[in-house]
Parts: sequence; C-alpha cells; structure tokens
Amino acid sequence: MTLSVQDLRVYYRTLRGEVKALDGVSFDVADGEILGLAGESGCGKTTLGKALIRMDGRMKHVSGRVELDGENLPIGDTVKMNPFRFTEVSIIPQYSMSAMNPTRKIGRMVRELLDSRGVTVDLAELHRRLDLVELSRDVLTKYPLELSGGMKQRMVMVISTLLNPSLLIADEITSALDVSTQKAVVTTLKGFRELGFVKSMIFITHDISLTNQLADTIMVMYAGKLAEKAPADSIVNRAKHPYTQLLISSLPEVGVRYADKKLTGIPGNPPSLLNPPVGCRFQDRCPLAFDKCREEPPAVEVEKDHFVACWKA
Amino acid sequence: MRQYFGRKLLIYGLTFFVAVTVNWMIPRFMPGDPVASMVARARVSDPAAVAAMQQYYSNLFGFDSPLISQYFNFWGALFSGNFGISIWAYPLPVADVILDAVPYTLGLMIPSILLSWFVGNWAGALAARRKLLDNTVLPIGYVLTAMPYMWIAILLCWGFGVVFQVLPVAGGYSFAMQPNLSWEFVGSLLQHWLLPFTSLFLVALGGWAIGMRNMIIYELEADYSNYLAALGAPHRLIRRYAFRNAVLPQITGLALQLGVLVAGALVTEIVFSYPGLGSLILKAIQNQDFFLLQGTFLFIVLGVLIANFVIDIVYVIVDPRTRAGMTGATT
Repeated sequence: MTLSVQDLRVYYRTLRGEVKALDGVSFDVADGEILGLAGESGCGKTTLGKALIRMDGRMKHVSGRVELDGENLPIGDTVKMNPFRFTEVSIIPQYSMSAMNPTRKIGRMVRELLDSRGVTVDLAELHRRLDLVELSRDVLTKYPLELSGGMKQRMVMVISTLLNPSLLIADEITSALDVSTQKAVVTTLKGFRELGFVKSMIFITHDISLTNQLADTIMVMYAGKLAEKAPADSIVNRAKHPYTQLLISSLPEVGVRYADKKLTGIPGNPPSLLNPPVGCRFQDRCPLAFDKCREEPPAVEVEKDHFVACWKA
Repeated sequence: MRQYFGRKLLIYGLTFFVAVTVNWMIPRFMPGDPVASMVARARVSDPAAVAAMQQYYSNLFGFDSPLISQYFNFWGALFSGNFGISIWAYPLPVADVILDAVPYTLGLMIPSILLSWFVGNWAGALAARRKLLDNTVLPIGYVLTAMPYMWIAILLCWGFGVVFQVLPVAGGYSFAMQPNLSWEFVGSLLQHWLLPFTSLFLVALGGWAIGMRNMIIYELEADYSNYLAALGAPHRLIRRYAFRNAVLPQITGLALQLGVLVAGALVTEIVFSYPGLGSLILKAIQNQDFFLLQGTFLFIVLGVLIANFVIDIVYVIVDPRTRAGMTGATT
C-alpha cells in the first residue's frame, strides 16, 4: 500500500465562510498503481492534489489522515511536510510553462534546488533522463524561455521525478497540449513508472478518455466527494454512478456524426460548496434521484475494487 | 549582440540629432529679443550708439548670418566644444559656467538617487516578508513618496536651519570662504550638502520601497516560486530568486531617474540656493540667456542618453530575456 487517504477534509477559508472543497474522501493507491482522478472543474481534484503536497495559504486541513508507505504525512503542517516533498511526494504542476525561474539557466536552477535539499546532482543520471524524454543535454545551459512549451513540460517532468518519489501528482499536465503531445506525455509517464522513477501516481485531469489510456484505476469526484472508483475499464464500460455514466456518455465518439443527434452535456451546475446540500450532492442534476438521496450515500464496494457512492448502484 | 547595440546606437544618435535641433530652434523662435534687452540694460539713448551696439552684439552672437548657416555653425561649434558666450554671466563662456555648476548637481543627485535606490529596495524586500515591517514601512513609504520635494526641503530648512540652527540653509559652501583644497572647505561643502541631499533621498526612498515590496510579493506568488515551494525548496532560495527578478523593473526605474538626474534637483537647488544646474536653468530663463539655456539643455539631453545607454548594457547583463530577444530561440 503506497498511499492511503482516510476521510480527508480540506476547506478553503473565504470571507463568506468555509468552502468545503474536499469533504470526506477516502481511497488507497497501491504500489505501482496509476490513479486517474477525473471530474469537472471545482470538484476538488486539484485541491486533493495540492493537499497531498503543499496547501496554499487559504487551505485548511480539517480532518483525515494521509499515510504514505506506512508513514503519516503531516499535510496540515507546511514545515513538517517539507522533508517529504520532492523526495517522497512530488508534483508536476498545471503550469509547467512557467514553473522554472525565467532568469536562471535550467541546469543551474536544478543544481541550486538540489543543493538546497542537501542532495548532490548526479549528472550522469540527469543526462540519462534527459535522453529518455528526448531532450538534448544542452537544455541545461539554456534559459526556460529558449525552450518550446513541450520541451519545458518534459524538463519539468524530469525535475519533478529526479529524486524517485514514491508518489507523483500530475495535475492537469495535458490540458495545454495538443493531442499528439498528450499521447507522448502519457507514454513518458508510463515509462517513468516502468523504470521505477516513481512508485505510484495520481493523474489529475478533466479528460476521462485520456485517463483511460494511462490509468489503472479511475476515481471520479463530484463536488468534493468521491462518486465512483474502479479499474479503468470498469469505469468506462460498466459505470454504476449516474454521474459517471453521464460524464462518459457526453464524450464525443470518433466516426459519429453529431448533425442530427446533438451532443448533450449534463444539464445543471455543481452545487455551491459554501453550503452544500444535505445528502447526495448530485441529487439536483441526477435523472434517477429519489427520496433516499436526501441522505448521504456511503461509498460501497459493489464489486471487487469497485466503489460507488450512490443509493441506486 | 553587435546588431542589437548597433541599432541602439543608431536610435540614440538620431535622438541626439533631433534633440539638439529642437534645442537650437526653441530660443531662436521664441518671442523676445535678447540683444534688445541687453542694449536696453545699457540705458543708452543715442540712436546711433544703439544701432552700433545692436550690430556689435548681433555679430558677437552670430545673429546677423542667415538661419541655415547659424544652424550649421551651431553644430560646428558644438563639436569643437564651443557653446557660445553666456548673456547672463557675460563675458564668461557657457561651457565654463556649466562646468562650474555640474559638480554640485552631480554630487547631490548621484548619491541621493543611488543610496535611496539601495536602501529603498532593501527596505521593501524586507517589508514583503514580515507583517510587522510591512505595516510600518508601507505607510511611511506612502507619506514620503507623496511629499513634494520643495515642501520637505522647506521643512528641513526650517527644522535644522532655523529651529535647531545646526546646519546652514543656503549656498554650496560658506559665504565667508573661497573655494580651496582644505579640510575646512570640504567640511563646509558637506555641511551645505547634507540638507538638500536628505530631502532628495527621503522622497525617492519611499517610492523605491513601495515598488520593491509590491514586486517581491508578486514574484513570491509567481508559478516558479510555487513550484519550488512544492518541491520543498527552503524560503531562502525562493526569496533569492524572487528578489533577483523583482529588482529588474527597479533597474528600469533607476535608469529613468538617472536620466532626469541632471535637471531633477531644480526646485531643491532653488530652495537651498545650491549652485547647481537647476539654479543655472532658472537664471538662464530669467535673463533670456539663450546660450546658457541651450548649453544646460544639451547637457541634460546628453545625460539622459548616456544613462539610458548604460542601463541598456546593464539590462543585457542581468536579464537573459533581453539577450534571447536578440538572437531568438535556437530550437
């Protein structure tokens, strides 16, 4: 068991009250597992990713435990969390294009970063990994601005995984890329796992079809809660939660003409997380909603490794 | 690199040419006749004498030749270092009058601009990371930067010169002395320098501190800072990067300040009767002294251009983005 998250609650402090962005989420990620985390904007997936490595100033750890390789992660304490960052938990951020200091040569930045963590640079290993992502070695003597977007992305991927972390969080890293580059990124991430650079991975995206290419398990979140978690192929073919079903049915299919049959999304909007509704949070948009949905559905294991939080499942 | 500086030099050359031309045009096309006023000052009533004087002065200042040759003569004289003869300080050459005033202005402005820049950046950077300091540095900064130069100058005059009577309030050195190389004279220079320097220093300080504080906070929120923090880099490293990047716009600001340096102390110099270029400009305007005015303006134009060129070079050294802009990305 690499990562174990128990009933994690992380709220945002705002002037109007607490926004319950992550409200009681439990899941495990096994050794060597790639977990795809999907859901629409504001469902709490980025909050979850950030909570596991570095909360920003507005975030508050309310309750819940996170264990990594059997050790408790002090996620609410930014100082105590520091020794774990980079070495145990690492992140490829959403903003790879601007993640590197524009006024430092990349090689020097990497060296200064590693020095500050008390690690000496293994230049041979760094070169090997650059070769692996097909970056020429002289990127190290360049400034970030001299690299293309795709090159920056690959460079950040190399930096983030340099210390072989147990857990890698990849947060929406493909959002700004074209389809062929997305494919390359996904292949690289798979390669990183095969070569043991990372033990397990949480791949956060709103693109459920891309998740399917990479992830072993897919977790769908809705309004700060877990909706469904199952092996990738079960989610895509045998989804149980009405939200997952609607999410998948609203994906366009290759070769289908949508002239006569309009592609529909899911009507309605997610609820405000400032004062979320009691019970199932999807009830207002759910075509199957009934009286029981006023109570909160627990996440139940309906088949092996297939968890669903829905009364109808 | 060579192309970049070539282009820059061309632009500066062009600017210099236009500025000098405008500088030549303004006094000649503005209303008022300096020769007439010089003759009038002599209080001569005999028309023949007046005509003779007018002819003498016109010939002396070169007003009797056609405009176009006056213009070319002006350029010719310029390159031989001849700025003409001052009307106000007649018969001293303009170059001498200006050179006498320049050390006072530079001695006042360079230390005040550079010191306020260093101290302001340091205070601003410190304020950006400590709440308590932020709550004191920021309001003080706003008050300082909002103060008009002459107002704080007058306050200082009144406080140190009149109430405490510890520092002199007028002149570049004691009126009882002749300039010479003695400790006594240097001491007197410093005494007279202190108050105008302090007034310029204080006002500029506030602006730098506020600017630096805001830039640092912006840089600490930037993506690269967040990424470093997520990878567990210590605050020290993140702050070092933030400081370095935040200082870049401050360097541009410094360039602008250095550019107006020569004329910048005009009001302050007048308040303290300090014998620099600012006082000179005032006197030149009051006396319709074309040549002196032209000379000082030319000096200012040169100052602005040289300062900007120096900063261009500094910027290329400190900001790799300008360097890459010269060559373009290689991949």
